Amino acid sequence: MTQERVVGIDLGTTNSLVAFMQEDHPVVIPGEDGSNLVPSVVALAADGRMIVGNAARAHLIETPERAVYSVKRLMGRGVEDVQEELRFFPFHLAEDIAPGEVLRIRLGDREYTPPEISAYVLRQLKQNAERYFGPGSSVTKAVVTVPAYFNDAQRQATKDAGRMAGLDVLRLVNEPTAAALAYGLDKKKEGIVAVYDFGGGTFDISILKLQDGIFEVIATNGDTHLGGDDIDNLLMTIALDDIAGDLKLDLRHNGEAVQAIRKAVIEAKIALSSQPQATLDIHLPGGQQYRRTLTREQFEQLIAPVIARTAAPCRQAIQDAGITPAQIDEVVLVGGSTRIPRVRALVEEIFELPSRGKTPHTDLNPDEVVALGAAVQAKILAGGSAATEDMLLLDITPLSLGIEALGGVVARVIQRNSTIPASATEHFTTGVDGQTNVAIHVVQGEREMAKDCRSLARFDLKGIPPMTAGIPRIEVKFLIDANGILHVSAREQRSGKQAEIEVKPAYGLTDEQVETMILDSFDNAEEDFRQRQLVEARNEAETILTLVERAPSNPAWKLLAAEEHLRIARAKSDLEQVYKQEDYRAIRNAIEALDKATRHFAELQMETAVSFAIKGKTMRAADENMGKGPTAPHSIAPAEIET
Amino acid sequence: MTQILAQSAMAECWACDTQNDPAAYLCAACGKLLPSDSTDYFALFGLTHRLTLDVAALEKQFYRLSRKLHPDLYTRASKEKRQWSLEKSALLNDAYRALRDPIARTEYLLETEGIRLEEQSRDATDAARATGTDKQQVIPPDMLEEVFELNMQLEEVRMAAASNSQDPELMANLEVAEKNFTAQMEALQQQLESLWAAWDRALADNDAATKDAAKQAMVALLNRRSYIRNLVRDVRQALGKS
Repeated sequence: MTQERVVGIDLGTTNSLVAFMQEDHPVVIPGEDGSNLVPSVVALAADGRMIVGNAARAHLIETPERAVYSVKRLMGRGVEDVQEELRFFPFHLAEDIAPGEVLRIRLGDREYTPPEISAYVLRQLKQNAERYFGPGSSVTKAVVTVPAYFNDAQRQATKDAGRMAGLDVLRLVNEPTAAALAYGLDKKKEGIVAVYDFGGGTFDISILKLQDGIFEVIATNGDTHLGGDDIDNLLMTIALDDIAGDLKLDLRHNGEAVQAIRKAVIEAKIALSSQPQATLDIHLPGGQQYRRTLTREQFEQLIAPVIARTAAPCRQAIQDAGITPAQIDEVVLVGGSTRIPRVRALVEEIFELPSRGKTPHTDLNPDEVVALGAAVQAKILAGGSAATEDMLLLDITPLSLGIEALGGVVARVIQRNSTIPASATEHFTTGVDGQTNVAIHVVQGEREMAKDCRSLARFDLKGIPPMTAGIPRIEVKFLIDANGILHVSAREQRSGKQAEIEVKPAYGLTDEQVETMILDSFDNAEEDFRQRQLVEARNEAETILTLVERAPSNPAWKLLAAEEHLRIARAKSDLEQVYKQEDYRAIRNAIEALDKATRHFAELQMETAVSFAIKGKTMRAADENMGKGPTAPHSIAPAEIET
Repeated sequence: MTQILAQSAMAECWACDTQNDPAAYLCAACGKLLPSDSTDYFALFGLTHRLTLDVAALEKQFYRLSRKLHPDLYTRASKEKRQWSLEKSALLNDAYRALRDPIARTEYLLETEGIRLEEQSRDATDAARATGTDKQQVIPPDMLEEVFELNMQLEEVRMAAASNSQDPELMANLEVAEKNFTAQMEALQQQLESLWAAWDRALADNDAATKDAAKQAMVALLNRRSYIRNLVRDVRQALGKS
């Protein structure tokens, strides 16, 4: 049986990549521009096209109100969750978003949900892969990675994005686990491995036990809002404060300037990983120049509070795994932020590496290792090969699942760090005679009170047969699948009746909404087609109108009957009217009518020796329209070709 | 979140028509996944209800079964088989999680014997909340004096903390109490293992009276353990250790 090609995708906060298993090695598929990394930037161009990646980056500075980056920070989140992000990120959210509703981001005059924006990135990766595999190949199945600490809503949003992009997401794999797969494939390692994944916007720590090809995750922790972005924001705040203080220029609301500063601080941050100092040198609006030199020492002092936030999740994960740092055999570094020397030093300290004569593993490119691991998992799911034989990933759920009980406290049903798939069965009953509905609130998180946890869903158990209070026994089964996504089913045990469940996902999209968003992207394709047709029809109309305009000066014109003059004038006026309108079909019809009305004139032209005069004019008219798209031949055009 | 469908029971292997025990999760003849309706944790691992077990062997068996049941192996299979794999794999993981842990294993066994410790405790919690009273835990009689003393000390620490002061002698007493209770927890672990042995022997001999006695002893031990565990938690909290 031939295996279908399944690709592995790292949908990152800053950059995204697509990879696949070529023979026994995972390889990253480059884009048309030769770059392995596709910046997770999406911009709406003036002509209505969506631009993704490096090409979209220019738009961040030129038209910041039409571009968006780091949208991963908004996946599966509500307006009340993202107030902190809004202080630092130029997200233009729609103004009428209610709490609990999915976010909408404004690009120009249009609005998009975070999964839709991510879908454009995924579609770009899909196209890159299809281009790479050659003509006629289609890529429809993928493994997509998510931060290990992503909750149910964030995972669901990622899966929705895949569907919108035309990808069947076979599995969501946790990023650090994917990195371990790539790492383990290479080394055929055994033992306990910690993966420290500090990326652009998220931080994860996972501890795995590698044995006989089984990759068993034993504990994970993290922070879905901690990454290189936070370091950039710190540096930007300093630059903006400097500029406000020294140059008396408040640029915080100048999108263009903010993006120029952001670009400069990122370059400085990267330089400081290999150099003792870096200089910010930024052209400001109004012709002023901002310069500031930053030493590595200053930089390290500045970022210390940010990187220190990675320590507590590491210690919690080690404790949850029931081990000591000394029992961890290897530490693998993943994510661009682990290139910062101070971050490496912190990792060495947390995992007590120097005293054990060890150093963290950095041999796989930290920007690529997650995508490579996703490709390994993709191969396993596609049926495997000699290289992946015996490899099996046993992942865990990062957060406890609970139900809101009396008094707003959480009754845990599935503990964090449980191997997935995992399930739990709970029983509920009624409190009032004849009650036919029971409301259930499902939450995710480690806090004691439901209001402090993440609300996953509220649902009603409906259709309970009317009985005395306390008699119905409703069995509700919670099942977390291998993607870390929750499924719920219910049954009334005394009647055996399957209870109906109406799930209202928090911050999520319903299946129907996802469907329309898939259709919306087709609609856009249709819109693109319509626009092109319109431009072509208008070009053609211009050509024919110019010719008809000049026709009376042609000797053949006098040979036409008066009613023919009238008919041409009428058809010309009709075309002039629809020409400015948006309906390309109406323009085509009017062109055809004018074409028909002038057919006799064209014939007469050919017959008269003076038809040469027209030729030059026609050619000039055609020239003027070059580059505007192809023009369809009509009865006047053949005349000039044949003479 | 999506709704999942209830499964249907089947004893005949869908792949090779072999008739299988309805409790079997893999076909005896071809090793294919079956939609069995068995949910017994011990049976899934091919074990009887003995409480003494080899955790290393359990892990080996867990890995072996994971290689047969995990959803990764069924992504290209029919929707029905994907669903079976999802449910069986969840059951396997739930079972392994319970059986590898001594307390969870004992609680699970007692549950299969019709004793629901977890639910008793939750019902009590709910009832206490509904009536606005503190949850009353049964204090093991021999601990009454000790607990009374400890509660006095904990109260003093709280009052001292409220006025930002600290009594070193009191803190030292609490340190001693923590050590004491932690030692008791360890002793309970030893006692639990001897109760397992009693249960296992009674199970082998099919001795109903001894089984009952072992069960009751285990229930009492688990209740005592959960009581002491809460004390340790309170003491650690007062000492600022958690």
